[in-house]
Amino acid sequence: MIYVNAFLFCGFVCVLGQLILDYTKLTPGHVTSMFVCIGAFLDIFGIYDKIILWAGGGAMVPITSFGHSLIHGALAKASDFGFMGLAMGMFDLTSTGIIAAIIISFFLSLIFEPKD
Amino acid sequence: MEKNKYKHLVAKHTPKENGLYHGLLAFVTGGLMGVLGQFLIDLYSNWLHIPTTEASPYMIITLIFVGCLLTCFGFFDKWVNFAKAGLIVPITGFAHATMSAALEYRKEGLVTGIGANMLKLSGSVIIFGVVSAYVFGLVRLILFGG
Repeated sequence: MIYVNAFLFCGFVCVLGQLILDYTKLTPGHVTSMFVCIGAFLDIFGIYDKIILWAGGGAMVPITSFGHSLIHGALAKASDFGFMGLAMGMFDLTSTGIIAAIIISFFLSLIFEPKD
Repeated sequence: MEKNKYKHLVAKHTPKENGLYHGLLAFVTGGLMGVLGQFLIDLYSNWLHIPTTEASPYMIITLIFVGCLLTCFGFFDKWVNFAKAGLIVPITGFAHATMSAALEYRKEGLVTGIGANMLKLSGSVIIFGVVSAYVFGLVRLILFGG
């Protein structure tokens, strides 16, 4: 059942992105930045946590989960250290994604030539 | 009069966006990406015996690696042109943006090329993510106390 939920939620987010791309003049960069902000916004009231419980991996794959993980790590540290914790824990959960993207693209770009 | 004529001509020759078809395509590919993510989480938690909550970083690293590798081989650009938002919105889009910028500028050297331009396309995601997470985190800290 969670596979159906994952399909529906991830597909829904992608359709939203496609509609924005088709019917406005915004670029993919605008769309991804907007979705990260939406993911962080939904976590003010803890909505995204419920979506993750419902859709599992389907909610972790879209870029909205990046914003959710940023605010989640920040708030986890903030409960211990107050306002300073927001800055201390911001990258706690998302660092795996960012570091993986940077390391992998660095070494692969040393090996591969750009096509066409 | 001339202006109206010109506008008419432009509208006539602009390729029509087939919204329904693109939307459906994005829905199916995006949904399949979500299913793949959930499948990888299940696979890692059953196979490597790691807790389900800790399996998601492994899943994200796998998707990023696959996205980067396919971008290097040149397949991914064609797929993105075909499926558009279905592959841009998932985390593979982030990997694709980072990897293609790094590949494009590798000729200009290690520091001024790869180092300076790698996050050219995907940097906005990190910047806006951090800014919005800080602002909304502050709001939640003040409203609900964390």
